[in-house]
Parts: sequence; C-alpha cells; structure tokens
Amino acid sequence: MMPDMPSETSSSIFVLFGAACLLLIIATIGGEFLRRRISPTGTHPTVETYVTRLHSWWAMVFLLSIALLVGPAGVTLLFAFASFAALREFLTLTRKTKADHWALIAAFYVVFPLQFLFVWWGNTALFSIFIPVYAFLVLPILSVLRGAGNNFLSRISETQWGLMICVFCVSHVPALVTLDIEGSTGRSVLLIAFLVLVVQLGDLAEYYTGRRIGKTRIAKSVSPKTRQGVICGAAFAAFNGGVLFWITPFAPWEAALIAVTIYLVGVGGSLVLAAIKADRGVKNWGHLIPGQGGFVDQMDSVVFAAPIFYHLARFFYAS
Amino acid sequence: MSNAALLSLPQIGQHPAPRPSPAGAQFYLKNVTDPATLTGNHKKPATKKEEDPMRRIAAIIAGQCLALFAQFITAARADWRGIEPVNRQRIYFANHTSNADLPIVWTVLPPALRRVTRPVAAADYWLKTKARAFIGPEVFRAVLIDRRTDHQTEDPIAKIVAALDEGSSIIIFPEGGRNRSDDPLMPFKAGLYNIAQHRPDVDLVPTWIDNIASVMPSGEVIPVPLGCTVIFGQPLHVTEEESKDAFLTRASDALKALRPHREGAA
Repeated sequence: MMPDMPSETSSSIFVLFGAACLLLIIATIGGEFLRRRISPTGTHPTVETYVTRLHSWWAMVFLLSIALLVGPAGVTLLFAFASFAALREFLTLTRKTKADHWALIAAFYVVFPLQFLFVWWGNTALFSIFIPVYAFLVLPILSVLRGAGNNFLSRISETQWGLMICVFCVSHVPALVTLDIEGSTGRSVLLIAFLVLVVQLGDLAEYYTGRRIGKTRIAKSVSPKTRQGVICGAAFAAFNGGVLFWITPFAPWEAALIAVTIYLVGVGGSLVLAAIKADRGVKNWGHLIPGQGGFVDQMDSVVFAAPIFYHLARFFYAS
Repeated sequence: MSNAALLSLPQIGQHPAPRPSPAGAQFYLKNVTDPATLTGNHKKPATKKEEDPMRRIAAIIAGQCLALFAQFITAARADWRGIEPVNRQRIYFANHTSNADLPIVWTVLPPALRRVTRPVAAADYWLKTKARAFIGPEVFRAVLIDRRTDHQTEDPIAKIVAALDEGSSIIIFPEGGRNRSDDPLMPFKAGLYNIAQHRPDVDLVPTWIDNIASVMPSGEVIPVPLGCTVIFGQPLHVTEEESKDAFLTRASDALKALRPHREGAA
C-alpha cells in the first residue's frame, strides 16, 4: 500500500484545482454571456452543447480533484468506475452470440475487478500481463466450450479488444500512483493530473482551433480532426507540459516533450475509436456524460496515452 | 456530440403532476392481483396482507432497488422518438425476448408515469413462486393473465380493459411469449387488436427494447452489463373498417421500424 500523502502534494492538488476552477469560471461566464446574446430561448444548438459540456467539465474537475486528494484508493475507485462504464459501452457494440455469454460474464465480473485489484496492490507483473495473456487465452476457451458458432474469430477478438482498451489501458491511469520515483515520493498521484490535463486540454485546443483554421483532414472518413488543429493542439500540449513540470519529476523540456508524445498518441487513439464508431454506425459510444456522449468518447485520447505515459515514466524515471 | 442526442433528453420540465390514483384502483388491486383469485380459487377471501401498508412500502422499496439494479447493469435509456414522456393514458406494446424486458421498460419510464403504468404479464409465470408473486402483482402491479385457456376464469381482454378504465396505462407484449426465433418479431396475437377496438381512443405506442437479448439471453440467469435503449415510437390507433390482420401487421411494422440498424452487429 501507498504511504500517506505528503502535505505538499495536497497543496499542489489544491493549486491545480484552483486553476481549473478559474478557467471553468471564465468559460462559464462566457457561456452565460453567449447564451443571453445568441440563445435566449435555449434553442441554439452550439451554445447549448457548449453549456452542457461545461457542466460535465465542472463535474469531472470536482470528481478528479476529490479522487486525487483521497489518494491511491480514490483514483483507483474513480477509474475502476470509468473503466466499467467504458467496457459496458464498448461491448454493447461488439459482435456476440449466446455462446459468448460466459466469456462476457468473466470479462465483467472476474477480469475487470481483478485487474483493478492488481493495480491497487501495486503488483506490476500481474497487471501488465493479466489481460494480454491470461484473459486473452481463457475467454476464447469459454466461448468455444459454450458452442463456438459463426464469426468466432471476430467475436473473441472484439471482446479482447474491449478488455484491452477499456480495462487494461484505463487501469494504467491509477497504476501511475504505484510508480516509485526517486525525489518525488508520494507525488506520483500528480502524474495523473499531468496526463489528464495535458491530453484533454490539447484536445480542446485542437477542437476549437481546428474548427476555425483547419483545412486538411487527417482521417477524412472518420473524424473532423485537421492537421492544423492537431499542430495547434500539440503546441498547446507542449506549453502546458512545460508549465506543469513542477508537479512531475521531469525537467521543463522533458515535460514538454513527454506532453507532445502523449498528446499525439491520444490523437491517434481518438481516431481509432472514431473509426470503430463509424464502422458500427453510431455517433457516440454512450450517453452518460451530458454533452460529450459516453465514457469512451470522453476518455478516448487519455486511454491510448495512459500506457505510453506509464512506460515513459517507468523506464526513464522510476527507480 | 449530436444536437439530436441533446434534444432527445427527456423534457423534465414538462411532466404534469401525477394523476391521483382513481378511487376504483384500490378496489381493483385488492381483488384482481390476489394470487388466490387468479389461480381460480374464488372461495378464499382476499387475505389481509394485500392491504398491509408495510407490504406496499416494501413493494415500493423493492421496485426502487430493482430499477437501480437495472440502471447499473444496462444504463437503460429511453428514446422518446415519437411521443413525449407526458402523463397521458397509453398502451405501450413491446417486443419480448427476455425476462428482463418488463423491468427495463418499467425502469426507463419517469417515476410519475411508472406509478400509473401496469404491465400485462403471464399469471402462469408470475405466480409460480412466492418471490415472483410479490414482484409481479405487488412491485409491478401487473395485470395477470393466464395464457393457458383452460385455466382462465375471466376474459383476459375484459381484465385489461378494466385496468384501462381505472386510468392506468399498460405495457403489453403482443407476441404472446418470448421470441426465441431469429426473426426480430413473432406474429402478434389478436389481443392488441381486441383491446384497441374496445378503447379506440387510447394511444398505442410501439416500444422497441433494444439489446436486452444480449444482456440476458434466454436460459441464462446472470445478466451481462451492456447498454440498453427503449425506443418509443409514434402512437397509432385502430381505424374503422380496418381488419384484424391489417391492423396487427401495421402495428408490427411500426414496432419493427424502430429497430436500430447496426453495421456488423450480430
């Protein structure tokens, strides 16, 4: 188990929380102003979507801050819940037949809780191989014993993909607190704040600049993301990473470089998940986050960035 | 995020106050939902437990727990595509593939609508065990119909019409049983047509329950957490001179049309 959180870590969290609230207050005042001018009857779709999204952002900032303050138990629980919701959304859209029922039950009631238990115990060896090896081998066995059937390979692959994305990758976010980095004992929880802030703020910068100056689409058939928007997002991620270096064990230039890397992986992730949505003919993964869609929609970039960020931090900084 | 999705959120501000329960409801409940009456044992008087307020409270709490559990498993969502979730008398007719169908429709109804909506369910299923006899008649306040004609003591249509006359909306599964075939719907039984003829003014709302068969395929007992949507379509009415078959086909087509088309989904 983790040591108690040093008070400087909690004061860092409060500083980040204060900064996030300040940004949101400005955005909320701006939103209400826009609403009064453009959408006094509450019917202008862009303004209403923006206001709804802001409400979701408020909720996310509060939830994440509370989880970070609680420490390892808080973030593990928060991301376990997000992982469960994401897995439910993902497997709703995958191919399955009655033969997969036991495999799906095992995925939800055995694999998912065990993975987060391993993270909570800090057992790196187990949480690194449990899903890619053991779940990978055992779940198809359950499906074949229950009757195999048509599209067998597609079905078992899609279930495994759901587990990898929604459980394995998501669990690397709380796994960051298990890293033991010299000189910043008890501060690992802040790496989560770094990851989420850098990637999500980069996404927002890309979203708003891409709408205005974007020209060349990078994945025409699935996503409105443009090259210009992504360049702006990457620049903003680098800037944010540099500014936030003080919550990490990285030097400012290292923080900026890591920030760009995880942001770009995140962009790739959101394109991949958009391609899956396009293939299945849906617009959103779910409906639980007002204005954003589902948990997978909200976390797509963070999900892809998390394991990469975890490994960068582990290989280069952890003792 | 699509604007359509935003617009499809239930318009919470528009719910009228729930209609007060008609005086006849109590009387009706006491008599009709008594398992003794339904199993054909008329001589046994209505037992005391039916009036027990503690039992009613237990049923309400059990109902809330059931709705919470269903929400946890399925994140069930109502898509009010053809109607608004307002308090109007309706007959919701739905596809039936799983034992979880009834709890899901019941769960996605806003509480004010849920209070005045009673499902039509099979007595031979819901009176089999003590737990079911509590959940069916008391939690869902189901209008119990015996599917076995030789066991019927009352005309099932008359019973459903009586429930409508006391002000309730109803949920009905017009296929008459669970669909285990590969077709999206089995042919409808005549019941829906007969009810519609008796009370032609009541809205018949096609109600498509999506994905529940994957959550709990028939024969399985443990539900897999997967998203479910209940889609409410535009209401229809039986027209004069419309034949039984023509109406049932029209109703069935209206329900089938609500089915979401998913690429690649098995």
